[in-house]
Amino acid sequence: MSPLLAAETLGKFYGARVGCRDVSFDLWPGEVLAIVGESGSGKTTLLRCLSGHIPASSGKVRYRTRDGRMVALDEMSEAERRMLMRTDWGFVHQDARDGLRMGVSAGANVGERMMAVGERHYGRIRAAAVDWLRRVEISEDRIDDSPWSYSGGMRQRLQIARNLVTSPRLVFMDEPTGGLDVSVQARLLDLIRGLVRRLDLAAVVVTHDLAVARLLSSRMMVMQQGQVIEQGLTDQILEDPQAPYTQLLVSSVLQV
Amino acid sequence: MGAVLKIENLSKSFLLHQQAGARIEVFEGLNAEVEAGEAVAVTGPSGRGKSSLLKLVYGAYRASSGAIHVFSDGAWTDVVTAPPRGVIGLRRNVIGYVTQFLRVIPRVPAEMVVAEPLTDRGMAPEQALARARMLLERLNIPQRLWHLSPMTFSGGEQQRVNIARGFAAHFPILLLDEPTASLDAGNRNRVLELVAEARAEGSAILAVFHDEQERRGACSRSIELG
Repeated sequence: MSPLLAAETLGKFYGARVGCRDVSFDLWPGEVLAIVGESGSGKTTLLRCLSGHIPASSGKVRYRTRDGRMVALDEMSEAERRMLMRTDWGFVHQDARDGLRMGVSAGANVGERMMAVGERHYGRIRAAAVDWLRRVEISEDRIDDSPWSYSGGMRQRLQIARNLVTSPRLVFMDEPTGGLDVSVQARLLDLIRGLVRRLDLAAVVVTHDLAVARLLSSRMMVMQQGQVIEQGLTDQILEDPQAPYTQLLVSSVLQV
Repeated sequence: MGAVLKIENLSKSFLLHQQAGARIEVFEGLNAEVEAGEAVAVTGPSGRGKSSLLKLVYGAYRASSGAIHVFSDGAWTDVVTAPPRGVIGLRRNVIGYVTQFLRVIPRVPAEMVVAEPLTDRGMAPEQALARARMLLERLNIPQRLWHLSPMTFSGGEQQRVNIARGFAAHFPILLLDEPTASLDAGNRNRVLELVAEARAEGSAILAVFHDEQERRGACSRSIELG
């Protein structure tokens, strides 16, 4: 068996400035990895390199495709990479407007991903859209509404439905609960946690919120100034942090 | 039956960078073995690392040096050096850990909290729930609460939900950190029964009990820290 995703000495440089550097890890099916650190620590840059949104300056990202091959992202054709992003991968943006098509209905947002992988049957698309809206707790009578009429929390749930409808194996999430009210956050987190466990998804979640990391992830990476300064099991990092910065981070939170 | 847990030359200290680099030595050079079907008490004054030892075996704390060998499926694994994925696998199938503190997850019903260790192993939900409900009943959690999130439960109810969760699946190695603390006599006896049953089923148990009488009842020998 090989991992689902492997990062090997991954780096991203903007001239002399370091986005992230020397990041290596393996991610296995069903694992949720949280990347934590303060803003500017390079966690979003890393996520964008991992998910193929921006090219890495050095190192490799390898992904195990459904036919069992480990393929380096930068050795795939543009068409292959696009197909991967539309089917096997999901990407949940912090701002749902970046992940949704705001000009079309909620149902169309979900249906569109299915059409991108070749589904043409209207009845099946509609049924899948209804089913996924239900799973993210959006009632069926809102299916034809525009995402503009949705609240922030609903938009985020819709974005998740849009991502999961094609049964991806790996989902990237960038601050999935950022900018939401605390009560809305709790519901969304619980939903994400349940879906990840039920569907046996692997996920990479970027967050600055240690409580989010604790709830969702089994493993954690702590970043500072573009580098991973500590990684391990989530409870290890939170209960027995080793690096000075991680100790500061953990002790700055009232309770996680 | 042979040992399934071997602790070798284990040392633990904490280096507190935020507190002027203070170093707290917890223990040094600890050696211990626990056999299948044996219950061993960890004793010693407060602050000598009883709970820390359990957390080290569970992989929640990182050892400063030494090894913690765990036997499963015919092979030994060292928790100290195992990769995260290895420790996660051990926690699912080999090492159970019961404390008095429930980590509440919003909106997950009590019976699902208890059933989760079984469904995580692939047991069918209905079968897992049946076992969960039996345990909740034994621990005197009223049936009307089973469908609710333990969020709003009393401290004692949350504690018993967590104990039910801890005993839902059979673990070859079981770590107990004061599972009976602050329970009333009836519930305390129920927990001690569960401990005895796990032991009879072959679990190797490493336990911290505050109460000496309970400790003597549940465990056959002890490891003294400090």
